[in-house]
Order: sequence, then C-alpha cells, then structure tokens
Amino acid sequence: MADERAGTSGAVGPGGTDGGTGAAGLHAGAVGIAQAVRRGELRAQDVLEEHLAVVEAREPALHCFLALDVERARASAAALDEAVARGEAVGALAGVPVVLKDNLCVPGLPATCGSRILEGWVPPYEATVAARLRKAGALLVGKTNLDEFAMGSSTEHSAFGATANPHDPERVPGGSSGGSAAAVAAGMAPIGLGSDTGGSIRQPAALCGVVGVKPTYGLVSRYGLIAFASSLDQIGPLTATVADAALALEVIAGADPADSTCLDRPAPVLGPVLGRGVEGLRVGVVGDLVEGADREVAAAVAAAADRLAGAGAKVDEVAIPACRYGLPAYYLLAPAEASSNLARYDGVRYGLRVEGEDVAAMNAATRAAGFGREVRRRIMLGTFALSAGYYDAYYGQAQRVRTLMIQAFADAYQRFDVLLGATTPGVAFHQGEKLADPLSMYLSDVFTVPSNLTGQPALSVPFGTGESGLPVGVQVLAPALGEEVLFQVGSSLEAMAPRGGADGAAGQGTGQEAGGAAGQGTGGR
Amino acid sequence: MSAAVTVPVWPVEGWELVAGLEVHTELSTATKLFCGCRNAFGDVPNTNTCPVCLGLPGSLPVLNAEAVELAARVGVALGSDVRRSLFHRKNYFYPDMPKNYQVSQYDEPICVGGSLELPDGVRIGIVRAHLEEDTGKTTHVGGDGRIHGASHSLVDYNRAGVPLLEIVSEPDLRSAEQARAYVAELRAILVAVGASDGRMEEGSLRVDANVSVRRVGDATLGTRCEVKNLNSLRSLGRAVEHEAARQVAVLLAGGTVAQETRHWREDEGRTVAMRSKEEAFDYRYFPEPDLVPVAPDAALLERARAAVPMLPAARRARLFGLLSRGGDQDPARAGAPGAQVAAVVASDLDQLVAGAVERGAEPALALARVANEAAAEPDAARRLDVEAFAHLCRMEAAGELSATQAKTVLGVLLAEGGDPAEIAAARGLAALPAGAVEEFVRSVAAAHPEEWGRWLAGEEKVAGFLVGRVMRESGGRADGKAVRAVLDAARSRA
Ligand SMILES: [Zn+2]
Repeated sequence: MADERAGTSGAVGPGGTDGGTGAAGLHAGAVGIAQAVRRGELRAQDVLEEHLAVVEAREPALHCFLALDVERARASAAALDEAVARGEAVGALAGVPVVLKDNLCVPGLPATCGSRILEGWVPPYEATVAARLRKAGALLVGKTNLDEFAMGSSTEHSAFGATANPHDPERVPGGSSGGSAAAVAAGMAPIGLGSDTGGSIRQPAALCGVVGVKPTYGLVSRYGLIAFASSLDQIGPLTATVADAALALEVIAGADPADSTCLDRPAPVLGPVLGRGVEGLRVGVVGDLVEGADREVAAAVAAAADRLAGAGAKVDEVAIPACRYGLPAYYLLAPAEASSNLARYDGVRYGLRVEGEDVAAMNAATRAAGFGREVRRRIMLGTFALSAGYYDAYYGQAQRVRTLMIQAFADAYQRFDVLLGATTPGVAFHQGEKLADPLSMYLSDVFTVPSNLTGQPALSVPFGTGESGLPVGVQVLAPALGEEVLFQVGSSLEAMAPRGGADGAAGQGTGQEAGGAAGQGTGGR
Repeated sequence: MSAAVTVPVWPVEGWELVAGLEVHTELSTATKLFCGCRNAFGDVPNTNTCPVCLGLPGSLPVLNAEAVELAARVGVALGSDVRRSLFHRKNYFYPDMPKNYQVSQYDEPICVGGSLELPDGVRIGIVRAHLEEDTGKTTHVGGDGRIHGASHSLVDYNRAGVPLLEIVSEPDLRSAEQARAYVAELRAILVAVGASDGRMEEGSLRVDANVSVRRVGDATLGTRCEVKNLNSLRSLGRAVEHEAARQVAVLLAGGTVAQETRHWREDEGRTVAMRSKEEAFDYRYFPEPDLVPVAPDAALLERARAAVPMLPAARRARLFGLLSRGGDQDPARAGAPGAQVAAVVASDLDQLVAGAVERGAEPALALARVANEAAAEPDAARRLDVEAFAHLCRMEAAGELSATQAKTVLGVLLAEGGDPAEIAAARGLAALPAGAVEEFVRSVAAAHPEEWGRWLAGEEKVAGFLVGRVMRESGGRADGKAVRAVLDAARSRA
C-alpha cells in the first residue's frame, strides 16, 4: 500500500531544482524517499547528507536541536544501503531522516525536556515510538527543542534558549513542539515527532506552515514520553505533507503492552483515504473554534469551508458552546497531573541535585534551581487544585466539564463527519511578545485544548498565508478513532490550499506535493 | 506524652479497649505490581529494579494480573464483595518512593466488606482490602539508626513496587489477645489461599493499630490514635495495651486524647507521637491517569473461588462437628476442646483427626492425642499414617492400651512409623486385665491404710494419690480410668 502511494506521489520530480539525484531527497518527502531508497534509486546516506547540510546551514539561526546524533544516523544509513544492496527488505520509512522532541527517550542521547533539572540524564531505555521509527528504517537526526516539560506555546520556555520560526526568525515557531515544527519547516527532516497535551503539535505546525496531527488518545503508545499531563498527552507527527503524516502515524500507532492506556488495536491504514475527496461528507464549522481569532485566521477557515463545499461537502455551521470551558478546565487538569508527574525530580536519584541541610531542603533547593518559572507556576497551580478542601471545586469540577465536552462533541458528531475550526487565534507572534503575560500565552491553545480534553483526534493543515505573509493553519477535528476521515479531509484541504506565499521561506512546496498526493488518491479510488 | 501522667497497667477497671487493625501483606507474586522485576526478599540491594519501579522519566506502569488474582482470592476468603476498582496517586515526598507518589487504591478498593471468624467464634468485620505498591527501604547510616543524627541514608529500591494488599478491619477488637488472634487468623487465611508467605519477621506482614478507649458501657467510640511499627504479634499485643493505658491515663488526668499517629518503640515499651491530625500530609489523591480501572470478570472470580481451600474457621467447625457427633451437647468452643481444635487446625493436623475418626477413632480421644502429643512434632505428625493412628486410638479406647502406653506407642509411630499392635507387642505393652488392676489396688490399699481410709470415708481429692500409686506399681500398664473404676467399686461396697 505504501508503495502504491509513494509510486504515484510524483514528489521526486520537483527536486530537479537543485539538480542531480542527490538533491531529490530534499523534496521527495518521507513517502518519496522511502520508496526511492527501497528501490535502490536513492541512497539513504545521500538523503541523510542532504538533510544534514540543511541542518548545518540553518541550525545556527533557528536553534531547532538540543542534541544531534549524526554519527549513529550515518551508521544506520550505511547499514540500510548495504541491506538494500543485498536485496533485503527494508521498512516503511527506509532512509527517512526524523527528529524527535526532546521529551522522548532514546538510549545514549540525553533527554532534557528543555529543563535544567534533567541535566546529564541519559535514558537507559527507548520510547516505543522511537523503536518503531528505528525498526521502520528511519534515521534519527537529533532531539529537538521544546518549552520546558512541554509547558508553553512558543518554545521560549526552554532552559536552553528559544527556537526561531523559519519563516521569520524574529518570531516564535509556536510550542511546545517548536523545535520539531521548525526543523520540518526548514527542511531538516521530513518527519518530526512532537507531543500534544493542549495543542503542542498543532499550534506550532500552524505557525510554521506544516502539518501536525494529534491522534486519538490511546492510539500511540506513550511509553518513553516524559509525561506532562498523562491523561492528555499524545504523541503525533509534524510533517511537510499530509501523506507523510499518514505514513508516520501508521508506523508509530498501534497497541503496546507497555502502556496500559494504549488501545488494543492495530495502527490505522490511511493510504487509501488520501485524496479520496470530500463529496457528501458532512462538515461542521464550529463557530466557537473561530470566535476571537484574528481576521486573517478567520478568513482562512471561511475559505477552507467554501472550498470544501465547492468540492461537494455538505458544510454547515455548528455551535459547541462547551468549548469555552475548555481552557479553564485544561489549566486545572493539566497542572494537577503535572504537579504529580514532576514530583520525581527531587535530586535523589538522577539529574540535578542542589545540596541542602536535610532531604526536604535538598528537594526544595533542587526543584527551585532546576525548574523554570512556567513549570513552577504550573506545579503550584496543580498542587493547589488537588489540595484538600479545593479538590472538588477545581479538579472535580474540571473533570465534570471534561465529561460535558465529550458529550457536546458526541452530539455534534451525530450531525457531522468532521468539524472545522481555526488551529490558533493568530499567526506566529514575535519572540518575547507574550512572555510577560502568561494568560495571553495560554490563549494560544484555546482552539486546540478541546480535542485533548475529549481524547478525539485533530489535525492542523497549512491553508495559505495571512496578510503578514506568515502561514495560517486550519484545524480538522474528528470523532475518536476517526483518523481515516480526519486524513481524508486533511488531504483535500491540503490540495485546495492557496499556493505561494511563505513556501519559499519554509523551503517546502507543500501545495505542490499535496496536489500530487491528492492526484494519487483520486486515481486510486 | 506528658511525663506527669503515670501510665497504669492494662486492663484498667471500668475501661474498654477498642482497636481496629490495618494489615499490609506483601503478595507472593513472582513479579512486582507494575513491572516485571522479581518480587524477592533479601537480594543484593537495587538489583531487582527497572525504569518502571525506579520511576524513571517516561516509564509507565502495567498492572500485574497475578496480584489482582491473589487479591480476589483474599476477598473471596473474607467474604468480601470483589468489585471494579480504581488506582489513585497518593502524593508525598519521600526518598524511598521513586515517583514521590504511591499508586494505591483509594475510594474504589478491589474488596469491600466481609468478616473473619476468630477461633473462639467471635466475628471481626472487614471494612475493605485494597492493592497498592510498596516503597523502597531506607537505611540511615551513622547515629542510632534513626534519621536524626544519621550521617547519610541508603535506599534499596528492590522493595519499591512490590504488591501490597492492605486489609482494614472494623474497630471490633476488644483486647490485645483478640488483636493477636485476629492477625494470626488473617495470616493463616493469607497463607492458605497462597496470597502471602506470612513471614512477619521479613516484613511480609505489617500491622498498624487504631486504638481508642471508652468507659465500659459507652456506645460511642473515643478518639483513636494510629500506632505504627508493630513488627511481631508480641509487639502488637504490648503496643495495643500500652496505648490504651496511656489514653486512659490522659483522660483520668482530665486531658483529651489527640488524634495522631504514634510510633511504637519496642525497646522502651511505649508509643511516641509522630504527627498530629493538623500535621497530617495532604496526600492530594487523584485518579492515576497511567492506569485503567480493574474490573474482575466472572472468570476471574470463578478462578479465585476455586483457588480458595477450606479455611481455618471451616476446618475448626468441622472438628467441632465431629466432637458433637452422637452427643446432644453443643460443642464447647471455649475451654479445653476449643483450644485443642484451634491448635490442631493451626498446625494443619485436622485432617489427621478427621481421618482417624472416619476410621473408628473416638473423636475426643483422637483430638486430644493430636493436640497434646502429635502437634509437638507437626512435621512428623503430618507424615503419620492415618490408619495406624486410628488403630492406636481404637486400641486405647478398647482398653487394650493404657493412656501412658498409647502415648509411648504414638511416640514410636511418629519417629519410625509401623503397626501399633506390633509396636505394643514388641515392647510388651498391654493394659492389665481387670483382675490384675484389682490386685494392684489391694496392694496399694495395704501399703497406705490412712489414705485408703480417707478414700472410703468419701474424701475425693485423695483419688489422685491412689491412682498415681497404682500407676507406679504397675509400671504404667494400668489404665487410669480402669483404676478409678476399681476404686469407685471398692468405695461403693464399703
Ligand atoms: Zn521494575
């Protein structure tokens, strides 16, 4: 199936701009690279070197990475090429460079979570998603920057410096998976993995002009993901194209006995739905997921709705007022879980230790020195929300809101196959613009948190650029385990997105590739 | 504790002790509660560890199905409702707890309700039993082993994540003896169902006691204190009595008992305050988001029921049933037979008694021989051939062997085995014929005319002396009952 998809994507073609087969990899996307490597048309080592050259050229200005793993990636690429030469079967992501958010564990590489408190800690074990990528033949280039413990929407809360937006280095890439989003947007790797607790994949994807997917809660194993808020965290891909996101998700999803919350079901098969079109699909435009957005964002959502209708979808408006309680509920539940998840960083066993008079003093000094302001703020919020006498009014109430939202979305899905809204209220903001105002930073997640609270999947796909020339994303939401229809609509939106604009800045021709993918899907229908 | 108050010795006239126990038992699973590490005592420190039980970032727990099975068995054995349960996180900082929270069942435990019957027939209510993970073990180095004055501390995480079942009783216990009996009985049940090895000295069984006192006749409960660090049945009994006495002393001095957690100091024989209700931790319980609810299905419950053998209370009831068979008396649960029954079941020898009775032994005699003689060598007794033992009982009941002779033969059976008739014959053991007993009685009467006269005059207590003389003269061959019969006959003729 992947073969068929790759074969008709035609994405290798545009690579001609750089001349020679070597440069083809840069523009082929994951689907094209894997297919060409498997056929022996491209060497994994060449693909890797091309991407490493981009890293070398752009990393100093962007600061996407917290660690590079070049030598191991080169060794893996060489081994892969030898395997292909011997005629051995290689995986679905053969030769595809990937980057991982630095809250995912890989043996031999530090896992910092963007925090001082984990300084020096090297995980002795491998995250399930990292193992699955490796076994599929992907080449791990490095670990990417993030807001400390994934708490933030700009990647400015990293203890190791901010990441810049490839479209405008003065602006943030979004967060917390800003390093992966920027790396993919800059062409350093076709696939990045992020984690999405309240929008941390979709929001930076929108701000960087790439595709970002938060899968259904439980579809992807969290084993090896350093927890922020366990009941909301979900790993997902950031990619240049919807087809690449589909391929990445097929590889990383599926049952895992190491994660009790991981659903006991196989990975979805998404290839056949790409480019299937939207004829007859019922699309609900959620006013509550656009309200308050900047004009350029609202215009993109309206344009997306129009084009879907033009392609035969039955588009209607829908109100889900419960959405307005999403952010307050999220900012009780996520910090509550975080306050417990982050309790283990106490200086006793690993990471930073600041000595004290006794154990309690050592704990306190270590945590005060090791955690940044935003993390400390959320630990205090969460501790308070769980405290005796307040539990019911805060944590309990937030859980009831969550139940209410699940019901409200279930009602909407009685009438609609998918829902449409904005991913973010605005385009990429300036570095430092919201740092002093946590509440305005928190508002960046207002359209994305509902899907985390309900556990349902959502995807952000670039839909042209705004007045500023910066990318705008639109968000597609689907019912739980509705990944097929989610990607079906996502790939159509990708195909119908306005062309030009920021493509050059990002170094990616998403519109062209999307067109190719759509054409393939239509042909296969 | 106020030094001005003199603590009396329990029991204190007019006061009643009320106690409920929390028993933590380590479940004898092969692996830990949430990971695949070995669940073993005494291994080299920090060798049975992995990312999960060390709480390394990014690791996740996976519930051990065997622990759920064992908890369900205990629930079935205690007559609890075994139901859908949920894990919570209990948050507090302590270095021997790798995640700084303990995963424990909170308001939805796996077992709810039930009861346990003590050997004397008293029923103690069970509130609940819930699963939780154990902590690591901290050793304070330097000083006197307590945290104050220690130069540093060492933590062994081998125990971290070992499955615990915490069984909470109702405040139904009224004495130290009852508290000890409750723990002994619970321990026997846990061992019987294969849930625990019951080794208190290795920490497999740990007990906290909630103790309060009240005036005899009061219906309301007094303020309770939780007493921790009870590492043996002896400590438990001493601590419960001392704590009750302390509370009475406080009340008699006009004070009030403060609700607090107290630590038992075995060496000093007293409890000391650890923390008061006001200082109690706010554990900030909330549902553990890394685990899903555990709902025991019908198949699991069926397996649990099948795995629960006949329990001590039922085994005792069976013996009482044997004892009362053929008689119209209620089996006496207190007193000598009750103690014998409890002892026989506790040493796992009730099958021997029941088997002998089936083969024609007199129940009271078989019970007495097992409780008083065989139980002294329980291992040998469990290997004893039931038919041989039953035969021995029949010989004694038929008057072929005196009690003394029967005990001798039983000793040989325990040591070497064999046929009781052959053993008796080989050692020349045979009860005297009736005529011979009369001969010995006459001879003793002649040798001790004064005592004989007092007997004939009706003095009852001299019987023991006369029987003893006859036994000595006959070299133990005379049967005590037969001698007594001859004495009675002589007196009735006089
Ligand atoms: Zn372990």
